[in-house]
Order: sequence, then C-alpha cells, then structure tokens
Amino acid sequence: MSLLIFTALLFLGSLIAGLLGALTGLGGGVVLVPLLTLGFHVDIRYAIGVSLISVIATSSGAAAAYVREGYSSVRIGMFLEVATTIGAILGAFLATVVHTQALAIIFGLVLIYSAYLSWQQARNPVPTLEKGSPWSGKLRLSGDYPEPDGSRCKYEVENIPGGFGMMFVAGALSGLLGIGSGAVKVLAMDRIMKVPFKVSTTTSNFMIGVTAAASAGIYLHRGLITPGLAFPVMLGVLCGSLIGARYLVRAHVSVLRSVFTIVILALGVEMIVNGVTKWF
Amino acid sequence: MVLRTKAEESGHKERLDDRMMEIIMGRLLQVGVLLASFVMLVGGIVYVRAHQGAIPDYRVFKSEPQTLRHVGGVVSGVAAGDPAAIIQLAVLLLIATPVARVIFALVAFGIERDKLYVGISAIVLAVLLFSLIRSQ
Repeated sequence: MSLLIFTALLFLGSLIAGLLGALTGLGGGVVLVPLLTLGFHVDIRYAIGVSLISVIATSSGAAAAYVREGYSSVRIGMFLEVATTIGAILGAFLATVVHTQALAIIFGLVLIYSAYLSWQQARNPVPTLEKGSPWSGKLRLSGDYPEPDGSRCKYEVENIPGGFGMMFVAGALSGLLGIGSGAVKVLAMDRIMKVPFKVSTTTSNFMIGVTAAASAGIYLHRGLITPGLAFPVMLGVLCGSLIGARYLVRAHVSVLRSVFTIVILALGVEMIVNGVTKWF
Repeated sequence: MVLRTKAEESGHKERLDDRMMEIIMGRLLQVGVLLASFVMLVGGIVYVRAHQGAIPDYRVFKSEPQTLRHVGGVVSGVAAGDPAAIIQLAVLLLIATPVARVIFALVAFGIERDKLYVGISAIVLAVLLFSLIRSQ
C-alpha cells in the first residue's frame, strides 16, 4: 500500500472514529486505538501516542462551544487536574513496563466498562445535592450554573477525597491507554462528588486536554508520536468530532447512542480476544 | 439585609470574572488547535509528497529519530525544511495549547487575588512542565 493511499485511509478511519467518539460521548481515542491496531495493524504503543494527540485536539477544539453554554467550572477543573496530571505521568511510565498484549487486554476491559458507565449515566441522572461537604465552600468548588429560565442553580459537592482519587485513576488510564477517559472523569464528578451532570460533562472536556498533554510529552520524548500517523489521524479525528458535535445538537440521539454503544462493546471484546490470542 | 446584598454582589462579580476567564480560555484553546491543524496540514502535504512510493510500516515499534523528540531538534529540523519536523512542530503546538490554558488560569487567578487557586494552578503547571522537560 503506498503512503498516499495509506494516509487517505487513515484519515477516513480517524474521521469515523472521531464521529463515533463524539456521538457516544466517549471521545475519539476509544474507537481510534482499536481501529489502528485491529484495522491498520499499527503497534499499540504508536496507536496510543497518536491517540493522545487527537484527544488534545478534540478536547481543545470543542472547548469554545462548551464555554458558550456556561456550565463548566474552572475551579473544579483545575483542582482535579492536580490528580489527573500526576496520574497521567504515572500511566505513561507504566506503559513502558506493561506487555503490549496486556495493554490491548486492559484497553478492551476499560472500553467495555466506559461504554457501560456512559450508558448508565445517561439513563439514571443523580439528584442534585442539598448540602455538600464543608470543604466544598473552603476549596471554592461550590458554584452555580444558568437555568433555561435565566435563574442560577447553586450546587455544592461532597466526598472530595473520593473524587480526587478517582480522578487519579482516570489520569493513569489516560496516560496508559491514550484515551481521554471522559467516562471515568464524569463518574468521579457526577457519581462520587455529586457535581451536577451538566457541569461535570463540560468540565471533564477541559480536563481531558490538560491530562492528555501531561502524558503526551512523555510519549513524544520516547519517540512514540510518529509524523506519518500523526498527520492523518489528528486531522481526521478532529474533523470527525466537530461534525459529530454539530450533529449531536440537532439529531435525536438516544437510538444512535445505543447502536454505537454496541459497536464500542464489540471493539472492546475484539481487543481482548486479539490480545489474548497473540500473547499466548 | 444590607450585608446579604453585598455578599451577593461580590459573589456575582466573582462569577462574572470566572465567566470572562472561561470565555478567553475557550478562545485560546480554539486558536491553538487551529494553528496546530494548519501547521499539521502543511507539514502533512509536504511529507506525503516527499515520501511518495514509500511503503509505511508501523507494525513494530522502532522509535522515531532522536532529533524529532525534543523542541531543539524539531526547530532545527523545520529550519532545514524536514517535513517530518513540521508535523512534529504541530504536535508540539498542540501539546502547548492546554499548557497555555493553565498558564492563563494562573495569571487570571492572580488578578482575582485567589491565592489558593494560584497555588493549585502552579502545581498543575509544574506537573506539566515536569513531563515536557524532565522526562527524557
């Protein structure tokens, strides 16, 4: 296969990965890494390196749209980024010692769990908290967001150490697998800290870029971000996710979401099966 | 009653400042991504043209050349007209985008005189710089 055709196919594949990632709310990385490893037979470490770059691009590219809604909390984001960035560095170092087939298997498991989390989160919204932890105010994590009628809805958070710890895990998974791990970030904020769903999803988008940047530096130094892949993949995922985000606003997505969640589950199983058969 | 109004006013003002901060940060990220995408596109087109006929193989990990792994090498590569270096420059710009956002937040919290969040932003920035600079 010549470079031109290879590049064109990669661009198209990445575009679809970005589109699926945006429509399922799981991010481009979760579809991209299986696509590159299963479809294009790229070494999983290269796939992870280039995926991190695409994750930064999608998160930053979507930022302006999220800001316009006015739900995100810059303080909750910054506070929890301490945990995600340190976790991301740990994850990136772990990636050097973990066997590549083991990486594939872990990836498959995380993929399935993320799909489950995102499906569950969409179905069972958490009721807003009446009274949060006293630290919620001291750390200035309490805030408010605009309601459709123009009033502002105040919120507080609870179980800050629990959320912080889960964010560390989210960061480590991001650095290890090259994904945004948005589903785990939303889990930490939404389920553990009881941050309102609108606030947690938009804030998690900001955090994803910073988290991925922390591990991308390490992947770059190790020579794991390769120009021939970075070019078509980064542009493809970015275009796909922007198209997906636009479509998401207009379309009725619950059916689509279910269909794509099944696609993601299938990819997860395939990653595990592929990892196991190649390893043993 | 008067006290409460005052508290509400100052609270409201703080939210407005945070809101401005987020709007500027959103723009900052967008500009960074646009710039990186543009450089990526230029580098990519030159790269594909330069390597026509080459057969790509990424099946096995075989590390990129040393020169393309750090800022100095990438810059001198771009100066020498190496298409791969232009793509890596785009990658560096992309990694720098969220870092710039954290630096901006640090300054904005400083203007708001929020010492706690200046400290928190400084920790995040230190972790990012550690991964970018020290981990070679």
